[in-house]
Formats: sequence, C-alpha cells, structure tokens
Amino acid sequence: MATDFVARGQDLELVEVRKEFPGFVAVESLDLKIPAGEFFALLGPSGCGKTTTLRMIAGLETPTSGKVLIGGKDVTDQKPHERPVNTVFQNYALFPHMTVLENVAFGLRQRKVDDPLPKATAALEMVELNHLASRRPQQLSGGQQQRVALARALVNRPALLLLDEPLGALDLKLRRQMQLELKDIQSEVGLTFLHVTHDQEEAMDMADTVAVMNHGRIEQMGAPEKLYDRPKTAFVAKFLGQSNLFVGEVTDKSSETISINFRGNKITAPNSRIEKSSGKVAIGVRPEKTEFHESKPAASSTQNVLGPGKITDIRFTGVSNQYQIEIPEIGEITVFAQNVGRSPVVELGAEVWVSWKVEHSFGLADLPTGEEDIE
Amino acid sequence: MRFSLGKYLLPTYVALTFLFLAIPIAYTFAFSFNDSIKSNIIWRGFTFDNWLDVCNQQEVCDAFANSVIVAVTATFISTVLGTMIAIALVRYRFKFRSATNLLLFLPLATPEVVMGAGLAAQFLDFGWPKGMGTVIIAHTMFTLSFVVVTVKARVATLDPALEEAGRDLYANPLQVFWKITFPLLLPGILAAAMLAFALSFDDFIITQFNSGAVDTFPKFVYTAAARGIPAEANVIGSFVFIVAIAIVLVVQIRSSIKQRKLAK
Repeated sequence: MATDFVARGQDLELVEVRKEFPGFVAVESLDLKIPAGEFFALLGPSGCGKTTTLRMIAGLETPTSGKVLIGGKDVTDQKPHERPVNTVFQNYALFPHMTVLENVAFGLRQRKVDDPLPKATAALEMVELNHLASRRPQQLSGGQQQRVALARALVNRPALLLLDEPLGALDLKLRRQMQLELKDIQSEVGLTFLHVTHDQEEAMDMADTVAVMNHGRIEQMGAPEKLYDRPKTAFVAKFLGQSNLFVGEVTDKSSETISINFRGNKITAPNSRIEKSSGKVAIGVRPEKTEFHESKPAASSTQNVLGPGKITDIRFTGVSNQYQIEIPEIGEITVFAQNVGRSPVVELGAEVWVSWKVEHSFGLADLPTGEEDIE
Repeated sequence: MRFSLGKYLLPTYVALTFLFLAIPIAYTFAFSFNDSIKSNIIWRGFTFDNWLDVCNQQEVCDAFANSVIVAVTATFISTVLGTMIAIALVRYRFKFRSATNLLLFLPLATPEVVMGAGLAAQFLDFGWPKGMGTVIIAHTMFTLSFVVVTVKARVATLDPALEEAGRDLYANPLQVFWKITFPLLLPGILAAAMLAFALSFDDFIITQFNSGAVDTFPKFVYTAAARGIPAEANVIGSFVFIVAIAIVLVVQIRSSIKQRKLAK
C-alpha cells in the first residue's frame, strides 16, 4: 500500500562532475541540482553522457573529478551498496533465479529490514502484480517486468530513484500507460526521481524539470513548456520538437525588437526572447506557430512574412498536417496546421506565403551547425 | 513404386552405428556377471558374486579408490581455479589477458604423451617423488583448461547488469558473487566439474608417466589386460557407466520438468 511509503526524497547535487574514458570525455564538468521530491528528466541523444551521469550517481562509475552529494552528504567515495539510491535498469536486470517476490525482497533482505516479505508484497500490490509474486521474471511480459523492477527499487524507499530509459523496451501504447503510472507513483511516494531518456515526448510528459544534454554537457534546463517555448541553442530547438531556423546579420535594433537580414528578407524577434543581439544571429519559430496563405499577406510590423514558395510535401500525422514549403532563395520551411476541417484546401505544388507573429520568434545563443538534425 | 534409398539406408546405418558403439559396453556389462576363475574371456555361467564382493580382488578396489581420490581432488581444485580464471578473462581487461587465453588452450592442443613426459621430467627436476601428489597436480593442470573453456561460455552469457543490480540493492561484492553470480553460473560450473571428473578418472597416459607405484583404475586395467582382466574390473566399469547414465537422465528429466513449469 502506498501509505507505507513515507515521503523522504532527498536532493541531489552534482558539483563539477567530470568523467573521462580512455580516448574521450563522456561528461564535461557538470553542475546540477535536483530538489527533493522532484521528477527530473535528463534528455539527450545516445552517447551524450546521460547514462554515464546516472551511473556516477548510482556509484557504478567513479567520476574522474567532482563531487556527488545526496541530501547534502558527499557520497562520491561510497560504493553502490552504501548509497541511498536505487536504479530501475534499462532491461530491468531482474534476477532470473529468484521469484518475483524474492526479487522485490532482495534489497530489504540485504539491509536486514524486518518483515521483508510483507513489505515486498505491499510493493507488488502498489504496481498491481501481487498475484504474480511466485512467478519467475522470465514468465512475465515486458510491461510486467518493468513494474517488478520499479517495485524492487521503490520498496527500499531510496532518497533518490534513478530510471535508466526504463520504458525503452516497451511498445508505444504500453509506454504511454507506464508513463502515466510512473508519474502517479512518483507523486504518491514523493521520492526524488531522476529519469534518463532520449525520448523528448516522454521527458516533457513526465518531468517537472528537463535538462537537455549534448556532448557531455547540459545545453539548457527548465520546465518542459519553457524549454519548448524558448529554446536557447540550436540543439535544443531541433532536439525538443521541430524548428525552422534562419541565420542572418542583425540589421535593425529597436527597444522592443531586433531584425536580421535573411537572404534579403527581414525576420524580426522580440528582445525579450533573444539570447544575442549583434553579429550573426539565428532566429527560429516552431512549425505550429506558422501559417500559410494563398495570397500575399499585407506587410505588418507584428508579422514575419516569407514567400512565395511551393508546397513540396504534405504529411498527414493525425491531429495535424505537416507541410513542407520550398521557397526559392530561402529553403525549406515546415508548417503544422491543425486538422480541424477548415484549413485551406491546398495541393502539392500550390503557391503559398508563410507568416508568423513576431512574438513567436525566438533568438538562439549559437548558430545551427547542421549536426542537430541527426537524432 | 520407386525404391527409396533414404527410407531404408538411413535407419540401417543408424542402427549399425549404435550397435558398433554399444557392443563393447554390452560386452563389459555382460561379462561382469561371468563366473570367471582367472581370466574373463570365456563365458562360464551367470553369477552375482562379482557384484556382491567387488573387493575380492583387493587391487581392483584400491585402484578404483585411488582414481576417485585423484579425480575428486583434481576436479575440486581445477573447478575453483578455473571458475575464477574464467570470470577474470571475460569480465576484466588486464595485462597478458590474451597471453593467458592462449596458454590455456595449449594443454588442449598438446599431445598427452608430450605433456605427461614433460611433467615427469619437471617432477624429477624438482626432486618430487612420484605418487598421488604428482598425479593430482598433473590432472589439475590438464583439466583446468577444460573448466575455463566451459565456464567462460557461461560467464559470457551472464548480463553484467544483474550484478550491478545486486550492488545497487545493497549487496557488497562478496554477497553479489554468492547470491547472484554463483547461482547463475552454477549450471556451467557443474558441467565443467563433471567434464573434469570424467577426464581425470579415465586418464591413462599422463598418469602412467607421473604416478610411480600408485595404481589408478585405468592403469590397473591396462596392466591386468596382459594376464586377463578380473571380472571385478568389469563390475566397476559397468558401475561407473550406470552412474554416468543416471546423472544424465536426472539432469534431463529435471530440466524438462522445469521447462514444462515455465511454459505453464
């Protein structure tokens, strides 16, 4: 029963943690603070150092330099079995020679906690699997194994629960369901969760705070909606959803906006949403904030207009249609239009103009290198 | 109707092969019941005497006891050492790792005569008298390679994440080994031990070079063959065969029960 689990999550702090492997640096000097009770997601492509970071927190990897603090206590030199941390492993790592119940009771028995079996049973009840307690892990489905792994970690009431791509092996539907369940359990038990994933939807869905990691460093950190609305780097703009990015020299500056010259077109962004206001600047907009028109929209200081161009691809994705519009001299622009039945009927090859409100533009701190497109 | 070659030829071929393999065993088994006097070549009538009083021929029993002692001791030492070596070779990267791998394969490839003679020269060099001790050392040495190869295959299939999960769940390295690594490697370790025991038990060549006056069972049978093998030797040979078959049967039945349980 969930009431058995008293909230006692603790905060995690990484101080200039760095990890080098022979020949490469997996994690560059990383500073991170996760408050107690938070659901924190570390998001990044494979090889970005997120799993290494998690393993250093669990104690399975020793940092080359820096400190790991849990609840204010330095645990850098503690072995994994000495840390108040438990992990849900990527492929669950359930012990095949033990029953489900014995798997869950393992940590309790190791710490010589009283009544390990009733407590393990209660944990299995929480994930609704107590009827399978006497089975072996290999007799369970992927989703069930995942829940056993979760129960096995949670039953120890760790100060910090680490989740290493725990949903990666599940199919889409089960994944969505487990995301909801995980979120529910987290708010129920009040533990600090650190979730490592490469799935941006999963991270945004579940986490209170998302840190986007790339090449061993954190590019940007914040609430999911903030990260999505105001990406600060080209990597975040491309990895977290899609973006149309335009690079040009700054030509106009006012007290409210800056404008760049993008291949002869003026693109404007509000000063409150930019990182850099001189030299070459990248300005972006999300595809769902853009619209297209079959006739040229009237010029306005509150709108950015590009065009005319041709529709080169239409993709139906269910709730919205995704249009690729090729504008001569400018390149390709992606536009999402909600599929509400009253969008203009356009066909492949139709001539259109693209526009978006200046207030939806965002300015980046760096310039896209082209590498961001590879997920 | 066309005459189908495969329909008759293959079953005949298989039957002949089995016959070929089984006849010596059947012969040994049958003649263990022979009411023999000195040599055990001519059938003189059925009796249980040989089975009921095996140690009637004292040398047969002594040789058998020696073989068991040597095989058990050598198996135990080579299984313990071999398991540790196998884990180290799969799990850790260290200096001379590939050299160790190669060295372990050498005894598998070296002719037994060469190894036996080499070891005998070594023991002579050290001034160690030949006897049980030298036989056990020699057997440990050549069974070790087989143990390492067998256990290594099992270690390679063991997901390191399981041991990490154990460490994560408050088990220190020793507890992780006994509660997770060892139980999961056990089938491989048992297979290796059985193989080592069988190899040691019936080794003749290396033993011949290094045993001095000590008689092991194969050595005894070989010497006795010149003047007629006593029926008691057939009894022991049949007994070992029956035990081996029984072990295989038990293992097979157990695993098929387990499979059926899992399928449920």
